[in-house]
Amino acid sequence: MTPVTFTNPAPATSAAAQLLAVLGLPPSGSDPPWLAQARYESLEWVMAHGLPTRKDEDWKYTRLDALLDVPFERAEAGVSNQVAPATLEALTVNPSSTRAVFVNGYFVPDLSSLSDLKGDVTVTSLAAALARGATGLESVFSRAFDQYDHAFTALNTAFTEDGAYIQIAADTVVDEPIELVFLSDAQGTPLLSSPHSVILAGPRSRVSVIETHAAIADGATWTNAVVHVVLDEGARVDHFKIQDEPDTGFHLALLDVYQGPGSQFSSSSMMLGSKIVRNEVHVHLEGEGSRVSIDGLYLPRGDQHHDNVVLIEHVAPRCVSHQLYKGIVDGHGHGVFNGRIIVWPGADGADANQTNKNLLLSEYAEIDTRPRLEIFTDDVKCTHGAAVGALDEEALFYLRSRGVPREAARALLTHAFAREILERVESESLRTHVEALLGERLSADGFTKDGTLQ
Amino acid sequence: MMLHIENLHARIGDNEILRGVNLDVAAGEVHAIMGPNGSGKSTLANVLAGHEAYDTEGIVLFEGEDLFALSPEDRAASGVFLAFQHPVEIPGVGNLYFLRTALNSLRRRRGLDELDVMQFLALAEDRMKSVEMDRSFMNRSVNEGFSGGEKKRNEILQMSILEPKLALLDETDSGLDIDALRIVASGVNALRRPDRAMVVITHHQRLLDYIVPDRVHVMAGGRIVRSGGKDLALELEEYGYSELGHAGMVDSSVPVGATP
Repeated sequence: MTPVTFTNPAPATSAAAQLLAVLGLPPSGSDPPWLAQARYESLEWVMAHGLPTRKDEDWKYTRLDALLDVPFERAEAGVSNQVAPATLEALTVNPSSTRAVFVNGYFVPDLSSLSDLKGDVTVTSLAAALARGATGLESVFSRAFDQYDHAFTALNTAFTEDGAYIQIAADTVVDEPIELVFLSDAQGTPLLSSPHSVILAGPRSRVSVIETHAAIADGATWTNAVVHVVLDEGARVDHFKIQDEPDTGFHLALLDVYQGPGSQFSSSSMMLGSKIVRNEVHVHLEGEGSRVSIDGLYLPRGDQHHDNVVLIEHVAPRCVSHQLYKGIVDGHGHGVFNGRIIVWPGADGADANQTNKNLLLSEYAEIDTRPRLEIFTDDVKCTHGAAVGALDEEALFYLRSRGVPREAARALLTHAFAREILERVESESLRTHVEALLGERLSADGFTKDGTLQ
Repeated sequence: MMLHIENLHARIGDNEILRGVNLDVAAGEVHAIMGPNGSGKSTLANVLAGHEAYDTEGIVLFEGEDLFALSPEDRAASGVFLAFQHPVEIPGVGNLYFLRTALNSLRRRRGLDELDVMQFLALAEDRMKSVEMDRSFMNRSVNEGFSGGEKKRNEILQMSILEPKLALLDETDSGLDIDALRIVASGVNALRRPDRAMVVITHHQRLLDYIVPDRVHVMAGGRIVRSGGKDLALELEEYGYSELGHAGMVDSSVPVGATP
């Protein structure tokens, strides 16, 4: 691999040069040639474009200074694999499910449970898939390399060594959700984890994936994660992401989805943790008649910052996309919704809607919302809207006048606001799990549980 | 005296809405408060329930205790209930869950055991009959998409489940057709008891054909300007509120609002 040189960087890229100098050169060794080349090109991309700043339209509301101030080192495999069974149990939705566990971005077989899989379902680590030259990886990676939107996805390419690899054969239906649990453990040193996961759903296959991010211990961690999902014709994938890392950490993530004809994809996310979260979803509706639904619930409080970025590209005709994002912002929390729908020429009969609603629970809470539509064809049905408000004082008075204590009434109304997202989760065990997380969060926010919340 | 109000003033900003209300209501009595729009009737009800939008002055004692020292939820726990003129829609909160939460909050504060779902459903089904509501109401969000009549029936249902000592009914008849009015009124009448008082606020004499009051008060300009027996309502029906401005209508020898 050609070495990268950091000579005389332009001011715009000096932050990138500093970051790369600290993080060092990418891993090499066992990379297939195409990956070695991809890493090299990704670093060149970072050096050419620099890190995003608030002058970039899509980064207007997110300051990265706090992240760049921390001297992160790249995490290595096998440093810490000590996780109490009870901790893991609490993080999984279904204890008997197929589960792949990662610590600092590296697969840990001892913590995982992959035994019950049939031959037409593959769940393994990216490293293992790369080692045995699994099909589809090069094309998935190479598509992504052409279109970095910003330096962080490029940095993931540069530094990733592991992640999850899921492949479902044609016409295969996986009944129970597959759980991916990403744990960070800083061990006193600020660490960067760069997991890269791939989900390949064959024609008419069906699978659900639950992605959980949490930490074993508090500390400065930076998760820079990418998940690629490719749905073949008629495939259906349901994805749920729970982000609950400690608020000393940083979480940047991209979910990149490519949909074939008649495929169906859904993703819901629940953002609870980290100091700064930037959760990005990019969906390419490339097959005719494909459908996608992207939901998000974000609950920044204290000094947390949760930035949600959604880009849905209608490329093929007669595709349908729905977005529903809801923010509950408390303390000095800052929530951002930056949603974009692009209907390209030829994507006739597009049906797209986008809704963002926000609840501000404190006078210091802040929301920035930017629902955007860019339409380059005539035959479309698109709607979008955004709303920001406080708890309804009249509803609070109504509940209190019936004897419900103030804090319980606030919690009741806040739950009701979030419920619209949770009700759309089909799996009952998953819904119960996230309801419990939400209940915990809302009662920890000073709401009195008071026996009134189930 | 269950409720004693003395020289009650209430304002929002510079707008003084109540200008010295005096009223006494004893247990077992039903008092009607009538008066034109803007006379302060609804404000009086809201102030008694603890709405925080108002600055208040004066004395309000409920069973001898200072009502203003209590939060709205504490007033509810003491036994005050307001049937809202405009019941609030609360999407995402189920009626059953809401009512059980409310009842159990009150029971806890009163030192009683909480009801489990089955016990609560049995109680609710019994009470729903009296206002001719069916089970499906319990599964809907609180007041969401309810018709005007359904909202008012839901208020009376809540009252019958929460069993207050003092019920304030704010324009419970407004927007009801004659059938709905009859249902609501019979629900209210079923709740009349020697140890319970009711204050019925209405714009129309019509309601008082169904809920016969012990006392009738007339409000105008933020005060009670006339008090009398149930015949006063008929008199108002005949002469209208416009006569209220006439000095002769006010009997100044008796403190208005006070029970003689």
